[in-house]
Amino acid sequence: MAAGPMKMRATLGAGFTDVRVLMTHPMETGQRKDSEGKLLPLHFIQNVTVKVNGKTVVEGQISQAISRNPVFSFRYKGGARGDKIEISWLDNNGETNKTEAAVA
Amino acid sequence: MPGMKPFRRMILGALLAGLLKPLAALAATWNKDAFGAKSAPDALKSLGASGATPSKDVLIEAPQIAENGAVVPIEISSNIPGTTSISVLIEKNPFPLAGTFEFREGALPFVKLNVKMGETSDVRVVAEAGGRRYTATKEIKVTIGGCGG
Repeated sequence: MAAGPMKMRATLGAGFTDVRVLMTHPMETGQRKDSEGKLLPLHFIQNVTVKVNGKTVVEGQISQAISRNPVFSFRYKGGARGDKIEISWLDNNGETNKTEAAVA
Repeated sequence: MPGMKPFRRMILGALLAGLLKPLAALAATWNKDAFGAKSAPDALKSLGASGATPSKDVLIEAPQIAENGAVVPIEISSNIPGTTSISVLIEKNPFPLAGTFEFREGALPFVKLNVKMGETSDVRVVAEAGGRRYTATKEIKVTIGGCGG
């Protein structure tokens, strides 16, 4: 399956910047069965990386216990309008995707 | 000396290979042992967090009752100065460790995420600060489990 779209929004808070991201991914646990009773293979995002102006600020490792179409919020100190945020993920099949946005 | 050049190139190559290897590993580090652990004590052991100190400064915001175990919103954070990482475990899930997050360069030790819960369980959060581990738990009751089906 091709990597689905990602959505991100970064907004200024009181002394911090809030980054919200939505990833499109099945996050299969390897325990669910399809309509024919066959187990759906384990398929999930393992790594999530958040960069601000090119510098990695959050390095996340996750499991199949994260809900389908993962949504995360991260925060960093300060921040300014126009900061460039990049979020990327890598799954257990080697598929990857990323998205970029500027702080609004 | 003409004989020196290939030797120098060899050293340079070895240095570069040595530099590139950890970079590639860093790009896709995934703690197989901790994520593969089938019990919370085993997962904590793999994280080096077996003896974590209970702390009120490790915060878990989540509903007391989750109607749908497939999507349980949890907000985790730490008020301990110098927190460098936060991990979250769903103690009764088949594989308890759900995620571990490292914070650098001004990132606040805060993550909001949605997790799957198979049944009512304690959710445990471990924060690391100054090489020490601190922990807190919160029970979340699940009406309909979210791992099978």
